[in-house]
Amino acid sequence: MKKKGPLYALFLSLILLLPGCSSIAVLNPKGPSARTLSDTIILSIIVMLGVLAVVYILYIFVLVKYRAKKSNEGYIPKHEEGNVVLEAIWIIIPIIIVAFLSVVTVKTTNEVENVAADYKDQTPLVIYASSSNWKWHFSYPEEGIETVNYVNMPVHRAVEFRMYSFGTITSLWIPQLAGQKYAMSDMLTTLHLSADTEGSYIGKNANFSGKGFAHMEFEALVLSNKGYEDWVKEVKETAPKLTEEEFKGLLATDYLGRKTYSSTHLEFSPPPGDHGEHMSGGGKEMDMDNGNQEHQDNKEIHPSPEPSSGTEFDSKPDPEVDQPLPSSPVDESTHEGH
Amino acid sequence: MDLDKFKVHGEPLIYGAMISIALATIGILVGLTYFKKWGYLWREWLTTVDHKKIGIMYILAALLMLFRGGVDAMMMRLQTAAPEMKFLDAQHYNEVFTTHGLIMILFMAMPFIIGLMNVIIPLQIGARDVAFPRLNAVSFWLFFMGAMLLNISFVIGGSPDAGWSAYFPLASLEFSPTVGNNYYSLALQISGIGTLITGVNFIVTILKMRAPGMTLMKMPMFTWSVLITNVIIVFAFPVLTVALAMMMFDRLFGSQFFTMANGGMDMLWANLFWVWGHPEVYIVILPAFGIYSEIIATFSKKNLYGYTSMVFSMLIISLLSFLVWAHHFYTMGQGAMVNSFFSITTMAIAVPTGVKIFNWLFTLRKGRITFTTPMLYTLAFIPIFTIGGVTGVMLAMASADYQYHNTMFLVAHFHYVLIPGAVFAVIAGFHYWFPKVFGFRLNERLGKHAFWWIIISFNVTFFPMFFLGLMGMTRRLYTYSKESGFGPLNMLSFVGAVGLAIGFVILVYNIYWSTRYMPRDTTNDPWDGRTLEWATHSPIPLYNFAIVPKVETRDALWSAKQENIPLYTDTKYTKIHMPSNTGKPFILGVVFFFLGFFLVFSMWIPAIVAGIGILVVLAFMSFDKDQGYYIPVEEVIATEKKLMRGETV
Repeated sequence: MKKKGPLYALFLSLILLLPGCSSIAVLNPKGPSARTLSDTIILSIIVMLGVLAVVYILYIFVLVKYRAKKSNEGYIPKHEEGNVVLEAIWIIIPIIIVAFLSVVTVKTTNEVENVAADYKDQTPLVIYASSSNWKWHFSYPEEGIETVNYVNMPVHRAVEFRMYSFGTITSLWIPQLAGQKYAMSDMLTTLHLSADTEGSYIGKNANFSGKGFAHMEFEALVLSNKGYEDWVKEVKETAPKLTEEEFKGLLATDYLGRKTYSSTHLEFSPPPGDHGEHMSGGGKEMDMDNGNQEHQDNKEIHPSPEPSSGTEFDSKPDPEVDQPLPSSPVDESTHEGH
Repeated sequence: MDLDKFKVHGEPLIYGAMISIALATIGILVGLTYFKKWGYLWREWLTTVDHKKIGIMYILAALLMLFRGGVDAMMMRLQTAAPEMKFLDAQHYNEVFTTHGLIMILFMAMPFIIGLMNVIIPLQIGARDVAFPRLNAVSFWLFFMGAMLLNISFVIGGSPDAGWSAYFPLASLEFSPTVGNNYYSLALQISGIGTLITGVNFIVTILKMRAPGMTLMKMPMFTWSVLITNVIIVFAFPVLTVALAMMMFDRLFGSQFFTMANGGMDMLWANLFWVWGHPEVYIVILPAFGIYSEIIATFSKKNLYGYTSMVFSMLIISLLSFLVWAHHFYTMGQGAMVNSFFSITTMAIAVPTGVKIFNWLFTLRKGRITFTTPMLYTLAFIPIFTIGGVTGVMLAMASADYQYHNTMFLVAHFHYVLIPGAVFAVIAGFHYWFPKVFGFRLNERLGKHAFWWIIISFNVTFFPMFFLGLMGMTRRLYTYSKESGFGPLNMLSFVGAVGLAIGFVILVYNIYWSTRYMPRDTTNDPWDGRTLEWATHSPIPLYNFAIVPKVETRDALWSAKQENIPLYTDTKYTKIHMPSNTGKPFILGVVFFFLGFFLVFSMWIPAIVAGIGILVVLAFMSFDKDQGYYIPVEEVIATEKKLMRGETV
């Protein structure tokens, strides 16, 4: 985006003009992916304000000038068939605008679907994010650790989320770091992001997933490289291992607080195949090797929501939880670390 | 059989609703008996095949549903007005937003438009009825019974709660074990069949029954919009039929089309749903464009600017509407290529829509604009809908949509499109054509009061949602924390919702007040109209036109008034053939209702009985030898004399 100096200045001035923008998460990005999207959004707002201005000016002009008044009483407007030149103008100009926005869309969509330009030379840190009921499991295969309902990552590092679900379709969204993407049960989706600033950011499920949907938020904490390494080390030394039995217990629970483990569930419950395989394989790749079948098998242990319990989520602490539940998921995470 | 399934968990709100439904039902039954109106109701309404009466019933049902959906909306806005509200629990909130969406789109906007279509289209094309009058009654009763089936879900068994788009696997038996989504599949199926029949009926009506001289390119714009809409219905609704049937099989018979295991594909549902669902948006918007075109021409006293490009823009919109469905799941990980394709087709819709906006503005130019109530709604539509349109372009950009998807920004956008695009249009059309049907106008002063309440409150309600979306508030969120900062704007939105409610109450009060006090119109043409519907009497006689008009120009009546081109070249009255009333469509609808109800609760034996009942009624209908009847010449002359009210022939 640096090449577009003048445009960028225009965006910035607009940001300054819009009051209270710092509370607008989407327009207050903290990483290259979210920044690309924020720039795209602001660019489209500017173009669209232009369109609105043309329509509004014409509209006000017409309404003021041609309203029925005493002075034009008895005036019978002439028959007017239309005008090829005028109509061509309001076909061609919108086509040009749409073409311009299409180019921007294709370019930025490609950008955010890949590792950000500044981080191209890094091997991304892979984090599997899976959802079950109304909680998120984050597995770090490289580090061999797993967290529930919070995710820590190092600053200035390409991160690749690989998402899937143990149930309904959910959507992983950290507005200040990247746009959202669905997590589904039968395929893996990928989200690339990286953070430029340390801090604590809100992450959430953006796709309606039933009763506990509103409580499906998590904290995305961006640490310094040193801080991240220390955290990983600490987890490995102090956190318990995640056994298959314990994991089944986690899946069966509706709501959970934070949890930390020194091994991942990927070892005994592999993720489904990725999107490409799923679409092209015709079922061929869906064998034991890539874990797809095993993933399917694991669904059997996935519980159905209890139909009979009409109780409120807050009033029923789960026996599985070893840390107290926050009264609201947001309480535990300050919006911004600074 | 498990009686527990009928019970809805105890909540004061639901008990209140149960009691009020019961009281209203008893009140209606007692009232009908006391005033001895059963016979009247049966003869004049339940068995009618008259397109005008069917249209009125559609509109009445739609108004009722507008209030049901409106109460849902109020409950939602109240629940989210402040952080940590305790008004509704999650389950109840989920049911409320699901039924709000379903009712407003399928049981309010669409029937309201089909109602206006029913009343006006035969008049605008100079016909005496629709092509298949009895089938038209079948359409209505299927829609009505579908709507009733969905409405009783609230008190019997529980409403659908997986969103109006009912994504799988959330809507599957595994994650939604209550009967709510059974209601979804069956109520939509029954009313959807009715809509599909309407589609066929109106295509044939418009293509085959136009007055002599009315070529396709001389049709009024509303007729054009309805023709295109019904073509979309015929192409899109079979997809819904199939998708709902698969959903029903999944939920009732354990098939696994959309499950997580055994080869089911959850995204198949999303694809099928939106292949129908996106064209559905244009099914409610295109007729609105037609209504606005009529009103703008009438009240600026000008013919519609760029008629040909208006028609072609609608055709292009209808084609594109089938090529954009995947923009509803850009975030499914379908890759940059696929997303780019759907981005471009989606944005392309802005071009023909823009053509229409500018043509309307140029219709106004050099006109003489009078600000009647229908015209006010039309004029308010232009700037508000343009906001909806430009935000639509913003959403169409796949990359940016990763940030808007499933947020309040989207909610704001589609309300900015659908409320001015469909709701304002039906209100405008309602005010505009009301005197044609009932013979008197609605009060202008009350109409304008309601207008300003509705317009201002609409913006107060929905504009803040754009910002809420960008702040990260997702849709369908029943509660949020104070720290999220969503509170103040949601409160503002709630205040707007209250204003909207006041506006709609004034609108209904206006109907009551005008019925009692407004002077009766004797001119048949209160607005100085341009098209054929104003050429017949108000109220409209059973046979619409005593003599079939001849059409030479696009605005046939306007030409008759301005250039003295005669509309009626025949002067001799003849006997008129009319279809006879029949109770079979109503009975068919009732049997369908019971079939739906029994299937919802998996009561197999009664369901089979009802299924056989449907076949029996259909058999009776197909062997019906009733060829209709003739209205004798004397009766036509007598009616005409009475309706002329002393005017010269």
